[in-house]
Amino acid sequence: MGRVVISNSIRFLLLMAIQVFLLKNIGYYNLSIPYLYILFILVLPFGIPNSLLFLLAFFTGLTIDFYYDSLGLNAAACTILAFVRIIFINLTVQRDGFDNEPEPSLSIMGFQWFIFYAFILTFSHHFILFTFENFKFSEFGYTLIRVLMSTLFTVSLMLITEFAFFQKKVR
Amino acid sequence: MRNLWLFISKYNAFFLLIIFFTISLILLITNNSFQRASVWNSSNQLVGRSYERINEINSYLTLRKTNDSLAAENAILRNQLATSFSSDSIKQIAVRDTTLKQQYTYTVARVINNSVHQKNNYLTINRGTKHGITKGMGVTSAKGIVGIVFNVNENFSTIRSLLHSETKVSANVNGSIGSLVWGEGNYDPRFAYLKDIQSHLNIKKGNRVFTSEFSMFPQGTTIGYVAETRTKEGDSSLDIKIKLDTDFATLGYVYVINNILSAQQLSLEAQNKIE
Repeated sequence: MGRVVISNSIRFLLLMAIQVFLLKNIGYYNLSIPYLYILFILVLPFGIPNSLLFLLAFFTGLTIDFYYDSLGLNAAACTILAFVRIIFINLTVQRDGFDNEPEPSLSIMGFQWFIFYAFILTFSHHFILFTFENFKFSEFGYTLIRVLMSTLFTVSLMLITEFAFFQKKVR
Repeated sequence: MRNLWLFISKYNAFFLLIIFFTISLILLITNNSFQRASVWNSSNQLVGRSYERINEINSYLTLRKTNDSLAAENAILRNQLATSFSSDSIKQIAVRDTTLKQQYTYTVARVINNSVHQKNNYLTINRGTKHGITKGMGVTSAKGIVGIVFNVNENFSTIRSLLHSETKVSANVNGSIGSLVWGEGNYDPRFAYLKDIQSHLNIKKGNRVFTSEFSMFPQGTTIGYVAETRTKEGDSSLDIKIKLDTDFATLGYVYVINNILSAQQLSLEAQNKIE
C-alpha cells in the first residue's frame, strides 16, 4: 500500500514537471498539443475507490490549471476522464483476478488493451478540454481536428513513456 | 430513504461526476473572462430574444391605441404646419449664377382645387397676380409637367391642366419633336398621346419624353415615358401613348415657372405680325 502511494506520488510529480516545464512549450501550431499528465490518472491502481479517483483527477486537473491559467478547464476534463475510466474498466476488466493492487499499465494489460484504453480516455479528455476552451459551437470542425491531432500526439507520448518504464511482468 | 441511499451508492461514479464537473464548470466560468463572457452573452441573448417576442405581441395588442395617439399627434403637427395658415408672403426660389443669366424662376404653390375626371380639367392654386403669376406660365410638379396658367386674379390662379383637350405641349422624344395632347378618345389621367412623330423614327417602349425648347417649360422637363407605340393605317405619324410622370390625382404642391425672357420673346414675335 505504502509502495503504491509513494510510486504514484513520484509519478505525479514527474508528470507534472514534464507537462508544465517541457510539454507546455511544445505544440504543433496550436493544432496538436500534448497533455501527457493524464497518464497519471490512467495508471492509478484498479482498486482505487471512485471518490478518491474523482478527487485525485479533479486536483490533478486543478494543478495543471494553475500553471496554464485556465482555472477549472483541465479539472472539468479530468473529471470526465475519471468517469470514462470507471466505465471503461467496468466494461472490459474482471476485477476479481488481481492480487497486490495492479495498475492498468502497458506491461500488465498488454499492448492491444492499453492502446485502446489510452485512446478512448485521452480522446474524451481532449474533447472536453478543447470544446470548453473554445466554448462555442462555431468552428466545431476545427476543434474536432485539434482534438484528434492532440489525441494522437498524447497517445504516442504515453506509449513512449510506458515502453520506457516497461517491466517484464506477466499478468 | 434507504433505497435512495442504495441508489446513490450504486451509481456513485455518476453522482461524483456531476459534483466534480459542476465544481470545475463553476470555476471555469467564474475565473476565465472569455468563458464568463460567453455564458453571459448567450444567456443575455436568450433573455433578450424572449423579451423581444413578448414585446412584439404586446405592441400588436396595443396597435389601436398607438394608432390613435399617432393620429392625434399628426393633427397637432398639421396645425403647426406653415400651410395651415393662409399666407400672403411668398417664397421664391432663385438660383444665383454669375456665369449664366437666370431665365426661369420657380414659385411654389399649393393646389387647392383639382379635377382629373372631367373632359377638360382645371386646377386652382393659392397664388395670383400678387405673387407674380401671369397668364400663360408653365406649371410643373416635382415629378413632371402639370399645365399652363389659364386665369389669374389677385390671390388665386386656375391652371389648364395637361388633362385638357386644348392643352398642347411641345415634347421631345429621342430628339424628335411632337405635340403632347390629351382627351381625344382618351380620358385616362395617367396617359397622354404624342402626335406628329414620323412613323419611320425608332421610338421604343420606355423611352423618356421631355419638353422641347419650343414650350413655355424649361427645356428637358420630364413628362413621362413611352408606354405604347402604334402605327395607324394611312397615316405617316405614329400614335404614341405616354405614361405621365405626374400623378394628377394626388397633386399637392406645384411650381409655377416664370420665364423672365418670355416678354422679350413675345414682343419680338409680335413685331413680325405687324409687318
